[in-house]
Amino acid sequence: MADRLLEVKDLSTHFFTHAGVVKAVNGVSFTLDRKETLGIVGESGSGKTVAALSLMRLVPDPPGKVVEGSLMLGTRDLRTISDAEMRGVRGNDIAMIFQDPMTSLNPVVKVGKQIAEAITLHQDKSKSEAWDMAAQLLDRVGIPDAPARVNQYPFEFSGGMRQRAMIAMAISCNPDILIADEPTTALDVTIQAQIIEVIEEMQQRYESGVILITHDLGVVAEIADKVMVMYGGRTVEYGGIDEIFYNPHHPYTWGLLGSLPRLDEVEKVRLTPIKGQPPDLISLPKGCPFAGRCVYVRPECRDQWPELEIVGPEHGVHCWVPEAERREVRAALPHFQAYVT
Amino acid sequence: MPERHQDTSGNQIVEDLTISTVGERDVIDEKYGGARPLGLWADTWRRLRRNKLAIVGLCIIVVFIVVGSAEAIAYLAGGYLAPYDPIKPDYALSPQGLGSPPSLSHPFGTDYLGRDVFSRVLVATRISMLVGVIAVAIALCIGLVLGPVSGYYGGWVDSVIMRTADVFFAFPFILFVLLLLTVLPPGFGSVFIAIGILSWATYARLNRGSVLSVKTMEYIEAARAQGASDLRIIFRHVLPNTMAPVYVAIAMGIGGAITTEAALAFLGLGVQPPDASWGKMISDNLTYLAAGSWWMLAFPSFFLIVTVFGFISFGNGLRDATDPKLKE
Amino acid sequence: MSLLEVNGLKKHFPIKTGILKRTTGQVYAVDGISFSVEKGETLGLVGESGCGKSTTGRSVLRLIAPTAGTIIFEGVDVMAASRAQMQALRRDMQIIFQDPYASLNPRMRVRSIVGESLKIHDIGTDVERKKRVSELLETVGLSAEHAERYPHEFSGGQRQRIGIARALALNPKLIICDEPVSALDVSIRAQVINLLEDLQDEFDLTYMVIAHDLSIVKHISDRVAVMYLGKIVEISDSAVLYDMPQHPYTEALLSAVPIPDPTTERARRRIILEGDVPSPANPPKGCVFHPRCPRAQEVCTTAMPALSSTGGDAGERHEVACYFPARFSGGVRAVATQPFDGALAAAQS
Repeated sequence: MADRLLEVKDLSTHFFTHAGVVKAVNGVSFTLDRKETLGIVGESGSGKTVAALSLMRLVPDPPGKVVEGSLMLGTRDLRTISDAEMRGVRGNDIAMIFQDPMTSLNPVVKVGKQIAEAITLHQDKSKSEAWDMAAQLLDRVGIPDAPARVNQYPFEFSGGMRQRAMIAMAISCNPDILIADEPTTALDVTIQAQIIEVIEEMQQRYESGVILITHDLGVVAEIADKVMVMYGGRTVEYGGIDEIFYNPHHPYTWGLLGSLPRLDEVEKVRLTPIKGQPPDLISLPKGCPFAGRCVYVRPECRDQWPELEIVGPEHGVHCWVPEAERREVRAALPHFQAYVT
Repeated sequence: MPERHQDTSGNQIVEDLTISTVGERDVIDEKYGGARPLGLWADTWRRLRRNKLAIVGLCIIVVFIVVGSAEAIAYLAGGYLAPYDPIKPDYALSPQGLGSPPSLSHPFGTDYLGRDVFSRVLVATRISMLVGVIAVAIALCIGLVLGPVSGYYGGWVDSVIMRTADVFFAFPFILFVLLLLTVLPPGFGSVFIAIGILSWATYARLNRGSVLSVKTMEYIEAARAQGASDLRIIFRHVLPNTMAPVYVAIAMGIGGAITTEAALAFLGLGVQPPDASWGKMISDNLTYLAAGSWWMLAFPSFFLIVTVFGFISFGNGLRDATDPKLKE
Repeated sequence: MSLLEVNGLKKHFPIKTGILKRTTGQVYAVDGISFSVEKGETLGLVGESGCGKSTTGRSVLRLIAPTAGTIIFEGVDVMAASRAQMQALRRDMQIIFQDPYASLNPRMRVRSIVGESLKIHDIGTDVERKKRVSELLETVGLSAEHAERYPHEFSGGQRQRIGIARALALNPKLIICDEPVSALDVSIRAQVINLLEDLQDEFDLTYMVIAHDLSIVKHISDRVAVMYLGKIVEISDSAVLYDMPQHPYTEALLSAVPIPDPTTERARRRIILEGDVPSPANPPKGCVFHPRCPRAQEVCTTAMPALSSTGGDAGERHEVACYFPARFSGGVRAVATQPFDGALAAAQS
């Protein structure tokens, strides 16, 4: 089994709307290996969800279009393969879990049937075999009394259970890659802990790669191996989990880390917010999308998108502020006094 | 030009005062990235513009309103706005002149009293416009009070009002109007009032539907938390936000009122001779159709149909344009 | 005298089924809670969905009519207040809502929204009101020019600021913040949290912050009350909560909250609770938490334990409703095998 599952280079997805061209994703690149968890972090307008949808070729066309990039799943470029082939990939090689478990399941179809459907689509199994597998899967994701539950409708499931059912559907064909788009945002925190545990378990069991899309840096710290920070459709920084949290190089990453209240803070530290508002993707500046909010902005920032700068092992950043100056500034930030050695 | 100023904690706030920025769940969500949120009506107008039929309807409505208003003003001034006197029979016209087909001097022909059909049609526009506006206005006055009250309070108030509305829906409309006209003073003013009084149920029901969803909104709770009275909440907060479906109903309602007036004219109600209304002209001259004098009712019919068509097309277009779920 | 004193607050919503809409059951949204809020402090009310925290906030303001209990604000009985008295009270108690999109009337200009309470209570002339609105907008970090715009022209964070300006209009003493930042982007949350803190200092405000995000609640609050299924299971100073949680639910809740620090996360011991939160229409008998509690015993099925203090390191102000609370003494944590007497005495009904 190959180790490198996915290699994305220069992905760009634009939406051509009546109000203008929305550059939702702009030149994003990343890789995913087996048993690895990539956390894509960003807020609204960052393009993280659109990037995932582009991978699955689920971007509504019109008005959206993947205008550039190569999405190599093994030897195949997901951007250029036929529609029929892509259908074979979805659910089978790459599966996706969505944010809102309330609306992601068809309310008038029994849960078991929905999972069985996913199975029969990709695998050569009879209907009864598929139902049995569905019951097994529900059990595997921790739903109590699975054989009975498999006959129920989604409204009879709680939010946490619905999300588990979605995970069951997603793993039903042993996908190599599991994309989870804000899987826990709509859930209570104790249920969130359960679901994250299930995702981790499934990853171990099926040796798959996981792409976790979220705005919650805490969840990222919990299970991600590497992180890609997105802003305004671009990747501003990427790196291993420890590198990003303890050696971040981009002002946006600093801003994110500094603006989070921590449960374990001993003394109350005043939060350092990022000033300004989320970006307007129609009228993005030519250069760095964060320029309008960056305290360390300089003239180059608005004109040109900074090139990739490698600042550590598998750690890259796009920023015009020179490295030495960055280190100096960072050392003075209050957030890093308290928690970073 | 972004403006910088400080908030109370000394943080620099960069606020761009000329261009609004996108919010988390704006009209176009993250799937489409950010988009400048358009004004309240700008988006509707844009979608409406694309609907050719609706624009045609709008033009018709505009012409109709302009002509009708002009005639109404002229009427108040004691006259009329037409090439010939629409009321006075002109026996002076030679026998061929009475009831003559369209010609250069009388583009729509004349009727059997020597009156110019074109002038009568023009003046009749006033009647149709008035019936549309007055009837719907009366219906709105009733419906837009009962609807919000019904939806906001719920419970038995809602039941009583809605069941009453059901009664109004259940009755055959014309019959109901006839009944009411027996108690109102004769004259076309009563027709307008009758139609209005009996049409409130549609607006009330439409409005109430919106009210049910609006009343759970947090800005209603906020108003209550500030000490707003129920009256203020209903008419300042709830009503303005529940008008969207009502506008469509208004367009349709005006068209319906005009048609109803025409129907009533057939029954001899409403406009009395020698005044002209399209319905009256059609009903009066129906008998002459067999004699071959088609122009006496063809033109009023045409105007009636086109006007009502205009309102309905525009109403349809408006409904489509305000439907957030309708894909473009 | 505390600014706000709540005793035995209950709110039950009847469940009506059938054509005749007969009441077949009750949703015990809030089932007998008591707490007080001192002037100038921030009390955090935290819990997961269905715990009754939002209902509590709205009951205090009498936006919802409580089923039972007393609410005393500055010595005045809120529940018994006449209409006129209530109008006066409304000037002192205000609320900020969760959803910045639904909490502003889309058809009203910002100046009408912010100035509405001034109009309702007939304060000042038109000119004075306009000036006050401009003042308020600047206080919350917006600009006076924003007054002429409509809500849809603003981002979520800015709308929340407008909501805050509206709440401040009458110089209230107490502001209930119902999930003030949960609908906002992460980078905007800190802006609004800092703003709330600054306003508290500047105007001597008292806050009751209702939220499900424990990190935020702990950060902004002086004291925190943890709610579960309509009951308060623990109240403590926020500084102490993370180090000395006494109730098993609090422990589980704390361990479930992700901390943005990989090293800490790797070292953490996670307590995963089994199952889902029971429905508030059908709460368990006895202690509401016992079906999911790792420490549950026979006595826990008898009656809901009373909220009381165990003393020790946790201090007198730290109260817990549990028969087997974790106790801290000399830095050592221990759970007794015998039920705690404080919980048995006058157990809640």
